Amino acid sequence: MALHVGLNHFLIISAILFSLGIYGVITRKNAIMVLMGIELILNSANINFIAFTRFGLMNLSGQVIAIFVIILAAAEAAILLAIVLNIYQQLNTVNVDEVDKLKN
Amino acid sequence: MNLYDFIFYAFAALTIISAVGVVFSRSIVYAAFALLFTFFGVAAIYVLLAADFIAITQILLYVGGILVLIVFGVMLTSRAYSVEVKRGALQVIPAVIVAGVIAGTLIGILNTTPWPASHFVPYEETARPIGALLMTQFVLPFELASVLLLVALIGAVIIARREKGERA
Repeated sequence: MALHVGLNHFLIISAILFSLGIYGVITRKNAIMVLMGIELILNSANINFIAFTRFGLMNLSGQVIAIFVIILAAAEAAILLAIVLNIYQQLNTVNVDEVDKLKN
Repeated sequence: MNLYDFIFYAFAALTIISAVGVVFSRSIVYAAFALLFTFFGVAAIYVLLAADFIAITQILLYVGGILVLIVFGVMLTSRAYSVEVKRGALQVIPAVIVAGVIAGTLIGILNTTPWPASHFVPYEETARPIGALLMTQFVLPFELASVLLLVALIGAVIIARREKGERA
């Protein structure tokens, strides 16, 4: 792999961030930590879009899509934290494996 | 190795190391602070990719908005400074396997794919063309996003305000 920075370097950074986010989503029990993993995944997708725009494989609409991803991430974080606060008030826990009220 | 490469590797290392901190740290407060550095590192990578508007948006929205929301969530749902976050010890082995397979597959594919054009396009300012695109080609998603933000705002307030024993 060449030392000179090219498209591949950015895509590999994005792949590593994506894998770390997947790992966080799977292993974390705290719902807020799961949200942090999701944010890592969304950031890695954005890096891909912008790298492809920069290297001429997409036109500027890649950056517009990145803006929409950021908007959706903000809305999602707000909704998820509202749900987590409500769960905490009702059940006194935010661990995703202990919230099993619907099971019984 | 010129200055651009050096700066890229510095910020890439910052991003990856702090992302590892987010995923592996035992304290939720430390994870939130590591997430701060990850967002800054990603914003720096956007700057290196000549996406100035997106970089500013990243800092304003992620660092100023989402991270503050997350820290508020941490403060409100746990005794923030005394809590030790239980790691999900049950699924560590499958998670390592899944994440490792995904990373290996992605990096292998990236290294063997011949990208048709792998050179920098010349830099030009992005804020004005993005605004023009949002008002012409992307005007429907733009309006949908604004409605979605309104719905999310109202929904978050309604969900979060409902208290124990109180009728909705």
